[in-house]
Amino acid sequence: MSNRKIVQSATIEEFLQQQQGQDLLRFITCGSVDDGKSTLIGRLLWEAQQLFDDQVAALQTDSKKFGTQGEEIDFALLVDGLAAEREQGITIDVAYRFFSSSARKFIVADTPGHEQYTRNMVTGASTADLAILLVDARNGILTQTRRHAFLTSLVGIRHVVLAINKMDLVGYDESVYRTIESEFEGFVRDLRFESVVAIPLSALKGDNITSRSKNTNWYQGPTLVGYLDTVEIQRQVSEDFVFPVQWVNRPNSSFRGFAGTVASGSVRVGDEVRVTASGQIATVSEIVTMDGNREDASADQAVTLTLDREIDVSRGDVLTLSQRPLEMTDQFEATIVWLYDQAGLPGRTYDLKLATQWMPSSVSHIKHRINVSTFAKEASAQLRLNDIAVCNISTSKPIACDTYAKNPQLGSFILVDRFTNATIGAGMIRHSLRRSQNVHKQALSITREDRERLNGHPAKVFWFTGLSGSGKSTIANALEKELHRRGMRTYVLDGDNIRQGLNKDLGFSEADRVENIRRIAEVARLMLDAGLVVMVAFISPFRQEREMARDLIGKDAFVEVYVNTPIEVCELRDPKGLYKKARAGKIPNMTGISGTYEPPEQAEFVAAPSMSLAETVTKLAAIAHVQP
Amino acid sequence: MTPHLKRLEAESTYIIREAVAEAENPVLMHSIGKDSAVMMHLTRKAFYPASPPFPMLHVDTRWKFREMYLFRDKIAQISGMELLVYTNPEAIAKEINPFDHGSSLFVDITKVDGLKQALDKYKFDVMFGGARRDEEKSRAKERVFSFRSATHRWDPKQQRPELWNLYNTRKNKGESIRVFPLSNWTELDIWQYIYLQNIAVVPLYFAKKRPVVVRNGIILMIDDDRFRLLPGEEIQEKMVRFRSLGCYPLTGAIESTADTLPEVILEVLNAKRSERQGRVVDHDSPHGFEKKKQEGHF
Repeated sequence: MSNRKIVQSATIEEFLQQQQGQDLLRFITCGSVDDGKSTLIGRLLWEAQQLFDDQVAALQTDSKKFGTQGEEIDFALLVDGLAAEREQGITIDVAYRFFSSSARKFIVADTPGHEQYTRNMVTGASTADLAILLVDARNGILTQTRRHAFLTSLVGIRHVVLAINKMDLVGYDESVYRTIESEFEGFVRDLRFESVVAIPLSALKGDNITSRSKNTNWYQGPTLVGYLDTVEIQRQVSEDFVFPVQWVNRPNSSFRGFAGTVASGSVRVGDEVRVTASGQIATVSEIVTMDGNREDASADQAVTLTLDREIDVSRGDVLTLSQRPLEMTDQFEATIVWLYDQAGLPGRTYDLKLATQWMPSSVSHIKHRINVSTFAKEASAQLRLNDIAVCNISTSKPIACDTYAKNPQLGSFILVDRFTNATIGAGMIRHSLRRSQNVHKQALSITREDRERLNGHPAKVFWFTGLSGSGKSTIANALEKELHRRGMRTYVLDGDNIRQGLNKDLGFSEADRVENIRRIAEVARLMLDAGLVVMVAFISPFRQEREMARDLIGKDAFVEVYVNTPIEVCELRDPKGLYKKARAGKIPNMTGISGTYEPPEQAEFVAAPSMSLAETVTKLAAIAHVQP
Repeated sequence: MTPHLKRLEAESTYIIREAVAEAENPVLMHSIGKDSAVMMHLTRKAFYPASPPFPMLHVDTRWKFREMYLFRDKIAQISGMELLVYTNPEAIAKEINPFDHGSSLFVDITKVDGLKQALDKYKFDVMFGGARRDEEKSRAKERVFSFRSATHRWDPKQQRPELWNLYNTRKNKGESIRVFPLSNWTELDIWQYIYLQNIAVVPLYFAKKRPVVVRNGIILMIDDDRFRLLPGEEIQEKMVRFRSLGCYPLTGAIESTADTLPEVILEVLNAKRSERQGRVVDHDSPHGFEKKKQEGHF
C-alpha cells in the first residue's frame, strides 16, 4: 500500500536502498472536540495515497450510513473505528495510523479531544516527537487548545503545528488566521517550544495538505505534508550509558547474561560498569545477540551483556559506566498527571514503575496544581482526574532515576493502584529532593535486636482495626495489662488520645484520615525500634492505609487484628454516643454510617464477637510472646 | 537491515522481555501465519542464548490448510519451544464447520470459545499475539498490553493509559493481559523483515497453480475433499497466493505471479486492496471484528 505512487522501485534492492534513508516521525493530532482531527488524518492517508480500494469503497458506504458530510466522503470514519465512536461521532481512544512519504515514515496517534479522555491524549503524546494542534477557525483558541498545548509541552514535545482548520467555513479569511496565530503565539511563549508553525487548512476540502491552496494566496508557509517531511527533530538524549536490566538470562550454569535495552549512551566490550543500587563493579565481557556478538551497543538497542565476574544483578537494577554513576533517591519532585476517577491522596501508597523498577511509593505533598487555562498555581489537597500537579513523591527505598529533562527513560514513571491495578497517574521527575549518597541514615549503636534481647521479648505492633465501639481499645488495654503482668514493655496508641495531641490539626476528611494513619504508623515504627510491644487502636477504615502501615512497620512485626463486631452491636453499645449523633446527622463521615469501612481481607487475627475477652487476650498474648 | 526495521525489532524485543519478566505463565499464540513467524523469530532473539522460557499455543479450528499443519510441526522444532494444540471439544463433537454453521458461528465456537477454554485450561496470564495496528480499524485502537477480565472480555472504553514504554502488567488472579509486540509494524515491514532475516513462512504465501473456485468474488482454494461446491461451480486452476492466512474456506487467495519473497514485497508495495480484504470474518457485519474482540477473540 504505502508509497504506491511515490516508490517506483523495479527491484527489491532499489526499494531497500530507498528504505535505508527513511527515518520515522511520530506525531499526535490533538485539539478540542469537532476540530476535525480524525478528518485530518483520514485526509492525510487519502492524499498520501495510502488507502486501499476496498477501504475506500467501505468508506464510501460508511459515509452514506454514518457520515456527517451529506453526499461527500466523511474521512473521520477511517479512524473512528469503534462502534461507540461512530454512534457518538467522537473519538474515544487513541488510534495509531501509519503512512509514509518518500522522505519519511510516520506513525500518527489520533487522540481524543473530550476533556474526559485527556489521559488518552497524554498517552498519545508520551511517544510523539511533534504535535499537530487543531483549531477550528470559527472558534479560535479554546480551553482545551490551551490544555493540550500545555500537555504537549509538559511531555517534552518541542515542535508544534498549529493547524487552523475549517478555513473554508470562514471564507479563507486571512485576518481570522492572523488573529488565531498571534493569540496562540502569545500564550505559548512560556511553553518552551522550539518551533511553532501555523498553517491554514481545510481537512475536509484538502487545502494546504499536500499542495498549496489557491484559496489562501496570502499564505507563504509550507503545506502540512511538506512540513512533516522536512521538520528536523532533535531527540533529547543523555550521553551517559544507562542500562535498566530487564531479565537475567541463565540458560545453563556457565552463562549469565543481563538482557535489556540501552536507555541512553553506549557501552563497549571492556568498559567497566557499575550496579547503581549496590555500587558493585565489573567489566563487560560480551555483548550478545542472536545475530552474533557485538563490540558495542548504543541507545535503543536491545542486547544481552555478560560481565567478567559474578556480581549480584537482577531485574530492576540499572547499570551505568562506573565513572558516570547515577544518583539514587527516595524523595523527588515530579509533575503528575492524574489519570483516574478516584482522587489521589497524599500519604496513600501506590505502586510506582520507573524503567524496570517497581516500588511502593506515595505522594508526600502536593505543592500545587496547575490551572491549564491560566497556568496559575493553585493549592490542592488531592489529585482529581485530569489534574496536573507538582508533587513530592517518596519511595519506600531509594531508586535509580534521573530528571525527565535529562533522561526521559529514567525520569518518567507510572503510578498503579494496588487494589484495582489501574494506571492512575503518570509522572515526570523535576528534581531529586535529596540524594541518598548524602543522606546517611544515622547508624544507631544500639539496634532493635539489642533492645529485644535486653527486654527478653520481641517488639511487635498489634494494629487493631474495626468500627467505632467494636471493642478495639478494650482489647488493647486488656492485652497491655496481661503483657505488663508478664514483664513485657508495652504501649497503647489510642485514636482519641493521639487526636488530642500529635494529630489535633487533622479533621475527618478522607485526606486527613490518611495522614492521621501515616503519622501513627511512623510513631508505631519508632516505638517498635525502641523494643516495645505497641498496641494501635484506630478505626483505620481504609485497606490501603493499613497496607501502608504494614509496609512501613515491616511484615514480620506487624499483626493486623480485625475486631469484627457487627455494626448493630457497635451501635447498641455506642460507648461515646457517636452513633446517636451520626444518626441525627450531626457527624458527617461517621465510619459505617456515612463513611466507608473496608474490612481486612487477610488479617493475622480476627477477634470474632463470639470470642470472650479473656480468650482473645490469651491468644494475642501468645502471638506477642514468640521469642526474638 | 534498514534503520526502521532495527528500531521495530528493538522495540518488540523490549516488549517481549518486559511481558515475560513480569508474567507468571506466559504463552505465545501461534496462528501459523507470517506475523506468527516473525513473533517466533523475535522471541528467540529476545531470549538468546536461552530458549524462550514458555510454550506456543495453537488453537486449532481443524480447518487450516494442510500446508499450514505441516509447517506448524516443522517450526515447533526450530523454535525450541513446546507446541500446545487445543481444539474446542464441542466443535469436534458437533462437527462444527464453516459450511453448515456459517463463518460467524464457526469462528465463535472454534476460535473464540476454543481460545478461552485453552486459556482457562492452562491458566496463562500473558498471551503474546501477532496483531498489528495497521490490520483493521479496531486493532488500531488496541494497546500494546491489553488487559482482559477474568471472563476474557476486552472493554475498549476502559483501556489502561499506556505512556512511554512503561507497561502496567499488574492484574488480579484470573485476569490476563494480551501483549502485541508487533503493534507498530505494517504488512510491508513484516515482509521486509522476513526477507532480510531469512525467516521461513508457509509456502501458501507464494504464487503457484492451485485448484480454486471463485465465489462472491473471493477466490477459494480447494484444500481437501471437505470442500463443498455449490451447484454450477467448477474447480479451476489459477496462479494464486495468500496475503493473509486463516481457515481455508474463509480465506480468499489473490491472483498473483509472485513466487519469491522479493516479488511478494514488490507486489505488496503496489497492492490496491487491503491485506484482510479476503477474510470473510471481517466482513460479516459492521464492527463484527470489534465485537468478536470484545468477546475474547484475538
